[in-house]
Amino acid sequence: MSGPAVSAEGLAAAYGDVRVLEQVSFSAEPGQSVCVLGPNGGGKTTLFRVLLGELEPLAGGVEVSGRPAYMAQTERTRLDFPVTALDVAVMGALARGRWWLPPSREERAAARAALERVGLGTEADVRFGELSGGQRQRALLARALVQDAPVLLLDEPLSGVDPASAALIGGVFDELRAEGRALLVASHDVESARSFDLVLCVNRRQVAFGPPAATLHRATLEATYGHELIVLDGQSAVTVQHHGHGH
Amino acid sequence: MEVVDFLLDPLRSGIDRRALLELALVGSLCGALGFWVLTERLAYGAESLAHGLLPGLVLAALAGVPLLLGAVGGALAAAVLIALAASDPRTGPDAGTAVAVTGLVGLGALLALAPDSPQRLEELLFGDPLGVSDGDLAAGVALVVVGGALLAALHRPLAAMAFDPAGAAAAGLRPALVRLALLVLLAAAVAVAVQGLGALLVLAVLIAPPVAVRAHARTPAQAMMGGAAVAVLAALVGMEVSFHAHSAAGASVALALCAAAGLGAALRPSRRGARRGARPRSLPPAQASPGRRPGAA
Repeated sequence: MSGPAVSAEGLAAAYGDVRVLEQVSFSAEPGQSVCVLGPNGGGKTTLFRVLLGELEPLAGGVEVSGRPAYMAQTERTRLDFPVTALDVAVMGALARGRWWLPPSREERAAARAALERVGLGTEADVRFGELSGGQRQRALLARALVQDAPVLLLDEPLSGVDPASAALIGGVFDELRAEGRALLVASHDVESARSFDLVLCVNRRQVAFGPPAATLHRATLEATYGHELIVLDGQSAVTVQHHGHGH
Repeated sequence: MEVVDFLLDPLRSGIDRRALLELALVGSLCGALGFWVLTERLAYGAESLAHGLLPGLVLAALAGVPLLLGAVGGALAAAVLIALAASDPRTGPDAGTAVAVTGLVGLGALLALAPDSPQRLEELLFGDPLGVSDGDLAAGVALVVVGGALLAALHRPLAAMAFDPAGAAAAGLRPALVRLALLVLLAAAVAVAVQGLGALLVLAVLIAPPVAVRAHARTPAQAMMGGAAVAVLAALVGMEVSFHAHSAAGASVALALCAAAGLGAALRPSRRGARRGARPRSLPPAQASPGRRPGAA
């Protein structure tokens, strides 16, 4: 594969007349991980919606290799809907077409393999709503794995996840990068961003883009988070988030 | 044997057998379809459509054409009018829909009370399963065959949309088209079912079965099959009651459906039992190694 797996140039997006994202330009090669860092309402999910083709750019454009896989935030799924972890994983196969037919044996096998990969092999028949928070995130990751996409967009995949699940999800991310897939991971966790290849700081516009060492310094983070940023010891920083779905 | 004879009495009448067949056909499709109507929160829309098609039914009766044609035309006209009324931001969708539906029911009653009207208003409002024609039965069979095939084809997209609309769209599905297909099927089901149960009672066969089974089903397929079974069983019970108590057949079936909904809701598994599998299971020791971070090399 030649060229970036995903890129944006001069991207702007709006909901109606309200501009929510401006001046976003970045690119990621196959095998690279990008942390999309910003506060709630900063435009992370909007950027993903544009990359998924759900939202037309107001200006600029994006290039994505193939149809990206998407891992939504758990709270945007319906916990009372009667589906098992296996059913959720199989949904990833819808991207291959044939949506009018029942899942094939191969698709179910791929879903079981994805569940095994995220440590949910024995939970395949448990209802999604009965899984723990970390297990739900892993089931959604399994759905993204089944899609077998060159680019994965993961929206706050570690939000509310227990340390063991976070470690396992991180391990899968490493494997995906090694397979040559590009990962864009939305997060508001400054410390976790240091372990990515690239960091894209957004707060309704692009604040910075580049390797962690070049982007995660005080001035950039203050521009990204404003008064939500608390610097602990001159190096480490945490953010105070006002929870709620943003743009 | 006396009990068996008692239960089989209604089936000895050809009229009752036809009525039961029609209700079973309509119920098996509507009981399954109802799961998606509830899931997509379309109960109010379904009720509005069923009530709003009354003028179409009355006009068909006045013109002497099959009621099914009137039901289809009435449903289309009602859908357009409701959509227009609900889109007015000054009144809001609920109030706009309520005004439009009330107006349509009023218009239907006005037409039905005209001296030339050959069919009584109560039959259009409350249905007359004992009066089903060969055409009604054929429409019921077509609804089961075509509607069942459409439900089967839409099963995966509907489930993916209901679980996570954003994820379904990301996988390449078009939620608006899937929802439109569901609405078309709903309109067709209402148009066919209204022959037996009338404009006011038809909602029972769409909503009561999924309400009865949804707390007990572990998968959408189970809920759909359970809903279909409840609808057919309620039709049987309603026809038995109607035959032996000399009560109105449509109303008896509707009450049996609602009783099933109440029973199913009352017998729902306890929260403790339902969440027996909810305990987070620990990871295998080899995987539970904290300290790694996403993206770490």
